Amino acid sequence: MPEMRAIVELCRRMRTVAEIAALLKMPLGVVRVLLSDLADQGKIRVYGTGHGPGQPDRALLERVLSGLRRL
Amino acid sequence: MDSVVSDVSRVSDASRSSGLPGTEAGAGFHVVEPDEELKAWQKDRTRAPIATKIVVAGGFGVGKTTLVSTVSEITPLQTEALMTRASEDVDDLSSTPEKTTTTVAMDYGRITLDDDLVLYLFGTPGQQRFWFMWDDLVRGAIGAVVLADTRRLKDCWPALDYFESCGLPYVVAVNHFDGSERFEPDDVREALTIPRHIPVMIMDARRRISVIESLLALVGHALDTSPE
Repeated sequence: MPEMRAIVELCRRMRTVAEIAALLKMPLGVVRVLLSDLADQGKIRVYGTGHGPGQPDRALLERVLSGLRRL
Repeated sequence: MDSVVSDVSRVSDASRSSGLPGTEAGAGFHVVEPDEELKAWQKDRTRAPIATKIVVAGGFGVGKTTLVSTVSEITPLQTEALMTRASEDVDDLSSTPEKTTTTVAMDYGRITLDDDLVLYLFGTPGQQRFWFMWDDLVRGAIGAVVLADTRRLKDCWPALDYFESCGLPYVVAVNHFDGSERFEPDDVREALTIPRHIPVMIMDARRRISVIESLLALVGHALDTSPE
């Protein structure tokens, strides 16, 4: 599938799922399914957000705050 | 939002070890991507940065796209389509006559805050028919900036209602448009019956410092309401 190849190509660098959906002009839900297939085939690696599924904890909020202040 | 990267070297999960490296270009699938200087975390394939996000919501034509563009380090990715007659019935163009298109998908921007920390901004369509997208968007988000336009203050009501009901921290940022009447934050608070603990600020979505201040207000507010 050309879409699958395009995704693998895009993923030469770290991407987010939303970014891939936007660049390929494909619905988020469809991209999720393709990514899941590609991950099963070992062609891509999926990382989480680096924090839990809920709202970010205080330590992370503090980091974002100081990051924004440095801008 | 999860991060993904091509795996041409190794796989950590045994169940994913059968695939071949896929490095071929996506033939026939043309992807237009603006040039950008790559950040260190984009080139590191061994780990993903911590990804955080802030949602930017509000009524139609209120400046969500402008806000995201002003502060994003990449050209924001977006889908804009010419409005159809069907959506003209829904989107009131009378007070923004110069605007001929409406954002039918999200505006997506990015700010690298540290080598391993990235903040994503999602401008979301304010129209009710896009609400199915919101539940997904707010999951794991720091909070929301609700953009308001003093000419049509009540347009941001649905967004306020939504974030109030789902418990996501939010602030109200009144985007001051040239030529529109200047309001005080308290006037806006009263007009929209915004609870006292919710920050309300007057800002300019075209000015970077103003946008950063709004984001700071939101993260500060999220910290205030976060459990110790």
